[in-house]
Amino acid sequence: MPLSRDEVRHVAMLARLGLEPGDEEFYAEQLSGILAHIDRLQQLNTESIPPTAQVVEVANTLRDDVPRPGLSQADALANAPAAVNGFFRVPSIQEEA
Amino acid sequence: MSDLTELTIKEAGRLLRLQSISAGELVAAHVERIERIDRRVRAFLRFTPELWEKQADEADARIRRGDTAPLVGIPMAVKDVLCVRGVETTAGSQILSGFRPPYTGTAVSRLFAAGAVMLGVTNCDEFAMGSSTENSGYHPTHNPWDLARVPGGSSGGSAAAVAAGEAMIALGTDTGGSIRQPAALTGVVGMKPTYGRVSRYGLIAFASSLDQIGPFARSVEDAAIVLEAMAGHDPLDATSSDRPNDVSRDLDAGVKGMRLGVPREYYDVEGIEPGVKAAVDKAVKSLSDAGAEIVDVTLPHTDYGLAAYYIIAPAECSSNLARFDGVKYGMSSGDAQNITEAYQRTRRKGFGTEVRRRVMLGTYALSSGYYDAYYLKAQKVRTLIKRDFDAAFENCDAIISATSPTVAFPLGSRTQNPLSMYLCDVLTLGGNLAGLPGISVPCGMSEGLPVGLQVLAPQWREGVALRVARAYEQASGVKAEVAPVG
Repeated sequence: MPLSRDEVRHVAMLARLGLEPGDEEFYAEQLSGILAHIDRLQQLNTESIPPTAQVVEVANTLRDDVPRPGLSQADALANAPAAVNGFFRVPSIQEEA
Repeated sequence: MSDLTELTIKEAGRLLRLQSISAGELVAAHVERIERIDRRVRAFLRFTPELWEKQADEADARIRRGDTAPLVGIPMAVKDVLCVRGVETTAGSQILSGFRPPYTGTAVSRLFAAGAVMLGVTNCDEFAMGSSTENSGYHPTHNPWDLARVPGGSSGGSAAAVAAGEAMIALGTDTGGSIRQPAALTGVVGMKPTYGRVSRYGLIAFASSLDQIGPFARSVEDAAIVLEAMAGHDPLDATSSDRPNDVSRDLDAGVKGMRLGVPREYYDVEGIEPGVKAAVDKAVKSLSDAGAEIVDVTLPHTDYGLAAYYIIAPAECSSNLARFDGVKYGMSSGDAQNITEAYQRTRRKGFGTEVRRRVMLGTYALSSGYYDAYYLKAQKVRTLIKRDFDAAFENCDAIISATSPTVAFPLGSRTQNPLSMYLCDVLTLGGNLAGLPGISVPCGMSEGLPVGLQVLAPQWREGVALRVARAYEQASGVKAEVAPVG
C-alpha cells in the first residue's frame, strides 16, 4: 500500500520529526517501497497463531525492593542542553493567553 | 614488536603471565598500530587514554600478584552504543553528541572487572541501524581487507578494529545481524548470544526484544572467554537470565556424532554469490570429514523474515527513540517558539536519514488503524519463524549456513536503496526473531575478501554453537588473520 504525502506528514507529526523541503516526496517514495515488500505478510494466514512479543521464557522477574542510591540531581542534569535552578529548561509548553 | 597486535587472548595471556611483556607494552603496541593505520580504516570514533593507562597499570599489578584470569591486560574496543561512565557515548548519532553517561553498563563493567583494558569507542551505524556502518553520523569505516569496501554493520568499527589488529577483542551489539555480518565481512569471529544471556543495562536501546551484546575476537576460544565474562543474570536487566553460565563447557568436544542442519532456504537464498557458496560448501565438507552428520532441514517462513523484522524492529525503535528530545541530553535546537517545534527541529537535525526512515516506518506500523495489519501481523509471523527453528532443531543439533549472502561490497553501492541494504541480514535476522545464539566464524576467502560461516543453535545452547565453530576452526585450519592494511 503506497504512502501518500498526507500520511507522511501525519506520521512525522506523531513522531515529532520536523520535515524539510523535499522530505515528504522522499519518504513517501521510500516508505512505499519498503511497505510493498512488507505486504507479503498478508499472504500468510495467521488467524490461529498467537503473537510473540518476546522469545524467551523469562517472565515477571521480581527483586527485593531495597533502597539504593539513584542518580544525583547534578548527574541527572550534567548532560542537559539547558538547565536552570535544578530543572531542565525547555521552551514554553503553553501559549500565553 | 608489531606482532603483539596479532595475538589471541590465549597467546597474549601466556606472555603476560610469564612477564615477557607487560600490559602497558601490549597496549602501547596497539596504540602504535592505531596511530599508523586508523586514519585509513577509521574504526574508532574516540580514544580513551585516561582509561587505558589506569587499566594497564592495574592489570600489571594484578599479574605481579599472580592473577591468572584470562582477560587481565587484554586490549578491548567498545561499540559506541554501550555506556561507559564519563566517556562520550553517542550511538553513532549527532543527536547524542557530547553525551557523557553517568554510569557504566553491566557488560562493560564486568569486562573491566575481569581486567580488560579499554582503548576507545568504535564507530557504528547510527543507533545500530544499518549493515555497512555508512549510516554513522560521524564518518564511514573502511574494510581493512579492501579500504574501498564497507566493513559491514552495524558494529563495523568493532569488527574492523579486530580485523586490522587495532584491538584484540571488541564488543558489538546484534539486533538483526549487526555482530555476525560485520564479523563475516572482515574475517573475524563474532557472536550473538541467546536473548537474555547478557544484560542490556547501559546499552542504548534500538529494538529491545531483539538487541543482544556480544564479542568480536580472532578465535572461537577468545569469543567464548569474552562471552563467559559478560554473561549471567543482572538485577538491573529483568530480561537477563539466571541460567548457568555454561557457554564454554563443551568447547573442545568436537562434532563427531553431531547432526548439523543445512536449511535449503538459506543455502539457496536469493542473491548468494557463487564464491560464498563455494566457501560454505567447503566448510560443510570439512565438518562432515570431522565426523558430523550433515542433514537437510527446512525453514519454510524464511521469505517472510525480513518483512516481519522490518515491522518489529522499527516499531520498537520508534518507541525507544522518543526519549531523544533535546531536553535531557545531547544536541538541542534551542531557538524554537514552543516545545513541539523544539522536538521537531532537534529530531530532524539530530537524526540521520535511516533513523528518520525507521522511526517513521515504526510510527506508521503502530499508528491507529494499522496496528493489526502490520505490528500484530508481524508478531504472529515471528511465532511462525520461531516454530520453524523449533522444528528444525528436532532434526539437528545446530544449523549451518553462510552468514552473509555476499562478501563486503563497495562503499556507497547500497546506500540509495534501503531494501538492498536490508537484504544483507536475510540469513542472520531469523536468529534474532527466534532469540537464538549464533556465531560467525571465518571460512575462507572469495575474490580476496573474507567469507563467514554461521552456526545457529537452540536457545541457551551457546556451548553448541561455540563447539561447532571451534571444531570447524580446528578441522579446517582457517584462522582469523589480521589484515595487512596497505
